[in-house]
Amino acid sequence: MKVHTRTISRRSAALGALGVSAVLALSACGGSTEPAETTAASGSAAAGDTTLTMWTDAERAPALEGIAAQFEEEKGIAVDLVVKDFAAVRDDFITQAPTGKGPDVLVGPHDWLGTLVQNGVVAPVQLGDKAGEFSEASVQAMTYEGQTYGVPYSVENIALIRNTALVGEAHEDFADVVAAGQAAVDAGDAEFPFLVGLDPKQADPYHMYPLQTSFGAPVFERGEDGSYDVSKLAMNNDGGKDFAQLLADHGDQGTGVFNSNITGDIAKEKFAAGASPYFLTGPWNIPVIEEAGIDFAVDPLPKAGPEAAQPFIGVNGFFVSAHSKNQLAANEFVVNYLSTEAAQDALFDQGGRPPALNASFEKAASDPVVAAFGEIGADGVPMPAAPEMQAVWADWGATELSLIKGNAADPAAAWEEMSQNIEAKFEG
Amino acid sequence: MRGESTPNGAVRPAAGAPRGASRGPDGLIGILTKIVLLGLVDAAAAYGLFQLAVSEEWAVFAISLLVTLAINWIYLGKKNLPAKYLAPGLIFLLVFQVFVMFYSTYIAFTNYGDGHNSTKEDAVHAIQLSALERVPDSPQYAATVVEDGDELLLLVTDPTGQVSLGGPEQPLEPVEEPVERDATGKAVAIEGYETLQFADLLNRQADVAELVVPLSDDLEDGTLRTQDGSTAYVFKPRLTYDAEADTFTNTSTGVVYSDSGEGTFRSADGQELGVGWKIHVGLENFERAFTDADLRGPLLQVVLWTFAFAFLSVLTTFALGLFLAIAFNRADLRGKRIYRVLMILPYAFPAFLSGLVWSGLLNPQFGFINNALLGGADIAWLTDPWMAKFSVLLVNLWLGYPYMFLVCTGALQSLPPDVEEAARMDGAGAWRIFTAIKLPLLLVSLAPLLISSFAFNFNNFNVIYMLTGGGPRFGGTTFDIGATDILITMVYKVAFGTGTGRDYGLASALAIIIFIVVAVVSTISFRRTKALEEIN
Repeated sequence: MKVHTRTISRRSAALGALGVSAVLALSACGGSTEPAETTAASGSAAAGDTTLTMWTDAERAPALEGIAAQFEEEKGIAVDLVVKDFAAVRDDFITQAPTGKGPDVLVGPHDWLGTLVQNGVVAPVQLGDKAGEFSEASVQAMTYEGQTYGVPYSVENIALIRNTALVGEAHEDFADVVAAGQAAVDAGDAEFPFLVGLDPKQADPYHMYPLQTSFGAPVFERGEDGSYDVSKLAMNNDGGKDFAQLLADHGDQGTGVFNSNITGDIAKEKFAAGASPYFLTGPWNIPVIEEAGIDFAVDPLPKAGPEAAQPFIGVNGFFVSAHSKNQLAANEFVVNYLSTEAAQDALFDQGGRPPALNASFEKAASDPVVAAFGEIGADGVPMPAAPEMQAVWADWGATELSLIKGNAADPAAAWEEMSQNIEAKFEG
Repeated sequence: MRGESTPNGAVRPAAGAPRGASRGPDGLIGILTKIVLLGLVDAAAAYGLFQLAVSEEWAVFAISLLVTLAINWIYLGKKNLPAKYLAPGLIFLLVFQVFVMFYSTYIAFTNYGDGHNSTKEDAVHAIQLSALERVPDSPQYAATVVEDGDELLLLVTDPTGQVSLGGPEQPLEPVEEPVERDATGKAVAIEGYETLQFADLLNRQADVAELVVPLSDDLEDGTLRTQDGSTAYVFKPRLTYDAEADTFTNTSTGVVYSDSGEGTFRSADGQELGVGWKIHVGLENFERAFTDADLRGPLLQVVLWTFAFAFLSVLTTFALGLFLAIAFNRADLRGKRIYRVLMILPYAFPAFLSGLVWSGLLNPQFGFINNALLGGADIAWLTDPWMAKFSVLLVNLWLGYPYMFLVCTGALQSLPPDVEEAARMDGAGAWRIFTAIKLPLLLVSLAPLLISSFAFNFNNFNVIYMLTGGGPRFGGTTFDIGATDILITMVYKVAFGTGTGRDYGLASALAIIIFIVVAVVSTISFRRTKALEEIN
């Protein structure tokens, strides 16, 4: 018995040792494969040896696999697609690019740009004459401090989705929308007059933004090129305070139309169950609504104030690493290949995001839903990409939440305080 | 009495050592296994070393080589028995603990973070890249890269069809002699030069990237460059770098940006260029930890709640775990195994996932707790400051009691039954047996675990961040810090969430401060545990 135990412990010690050295060896290999490949690529004569590494996340990956394979076939450059966690793509890229172990090409939303540029990890690209072939807002989104850093491939924004079985016609004013929704609730057809997904901890300034802009209170002033100038906060005006009042009026102490207990998931579920005539959301929720068999229409964003309701625009694009050793191949892929009509068509076919290239968008717009979202987005402005936005979102969301929950006795004062806090952070 | 329970573990290795020394050589199978395993290890190591040598990572190469040699020496030799046991653990300790600790400490003395991401060289490179702007309204040239001997030149066709040729040493000049054009009218070859095909370009990517052709003798007119080998644009830098003076100069305004000593280029009027680099900042991060208004304001509340949270978490999970362990320790209980497995289930869920699930369950209007369990009650579980604290503790109790249940069950089963019998003979009741006999005996073996549990909960980021995100926010402060924030979530928000991005230097400094707090609390507690042991 005793002898038996001892042999086992000796063996397990040996196994343990094996494990350790295997781990060491593996970590050593893992770290060194990439440089080894690049050396091989630049040293040999055949173009087939060049491999581009591209990072993406699970949501965007399916649209890229086909296009990567096609590129390899046509140009002889392999594209190695690495799928990572969405949040990790940006942060890992920033930490790994300077070590030379990052990817050559990156796929992501445009509001990463501020941070990427601040860390000096993306290289500018020249769209040249091609810039005119893309929607204006998409190129604007890829431009940061005067330089264009990426090739856009999709443009997204929110719209008002209406359950046509519950409310027959479109309304322009938010008051009419709420009234129509309330009528459906009163008639017993629906449970909620209006749905918008809010975060119980942070509210959601992104989804509420069209209502805010309809009061003439954009978050920042717009610069010469039409994009937001992050140094000039503009929402601290009378329109902003009217919007604050609107949030309180329709919050917990008011009509309850804005309900911070309704998260994005709950809102989606309730609308798909036919429990509300209205849902303020983006194209990403359309497949679920279609699957649920809801007859819907995409209405223009309702305005609560005197001006047009402008949504934020989110643009997805491709970026080239400033530390890439394959600059030429990466530019060939990103600027010359992914900007073509065929590539943008394929990206739309496989990913379903409305294309940024005008010619491809027109084809995609044969789908009335894509066309309607696109029309609404034409008024929109790209979400600001500056790194300072993190602080803005936090204050903005918290204040909207407290307004909706009815915690602020004086909405206008709460709005004023928020603006001052944000300004103080910019100065500090 | 208690001698039997604790020395058990301590005695065994001591008894094993003399036996090991007196034993003869292994059997044939043992030796063969050893050789095969070591062979595999060496093969993997050799592959790794080769790769390291190719990528010229000499420091890592040397360390890996030493480790491999040491492993072989230890396991091939006959004498090094203690080393055979210790080596794997030591290697893990070095890789996963010592290295990480030294690295964090090193980071704490730098300004590493967003905007200070890499070396000064990289920063200069990045600034130059983004400062190189296309000259407005300049034509877009169709370009072909041609070679003359070893020198690369650009053969470009402007939109009017005019062909020009230029290289780094010879400014762009119109070409009069006939050239070969493709279907689009782009000049693709010229006599006397060899045209580089796409495959050739790929092999010389670095050379093509460095190919800069002046438009004329005057550099003010700009330079032609190509990023893809087929299109060229006229560029002019907005900023020029003077390597000797180590300054950037704005070409249109003449403003000079020089090294500010803080890892950035700064002009005389305080304007900074966007990209900075990593430098050593000494104790600045630690200074900030104590003087930063972000941290100082709500710090006291957060510290108090952190201690309360950690202490109450240990107390509640231990109380529930112990109670269940005693309840399920009865010898005559049927189906004990099934109950025990069910008890342990929450332990098997990842904490961050449970946090998210519970935040859904606790939704005041749609959550399962209010809706189904409490019949539509309107309890603001997560949005009222005190209720949120209660909810966090409750969820952490759900997550944490299985661990306590497990360790209490184990400790209970190792208590000798005759102690209880003796006490009963002396006429002690169940409660008295528990408080006077069982609990003190249990605490001797469990106190270290309770201390480590305290240390764990002190930094229990997952539960707080996923359940409440630290909220609800404190009123009257400008910072995103709330009623359920503990030190570690506050550190996270301050270092990563506000201002201009992530600040690893500050985060490391704050983490070290928290480490010191936890270490002090733990040391004091361990001291007192020893006293407890002696009293027994």
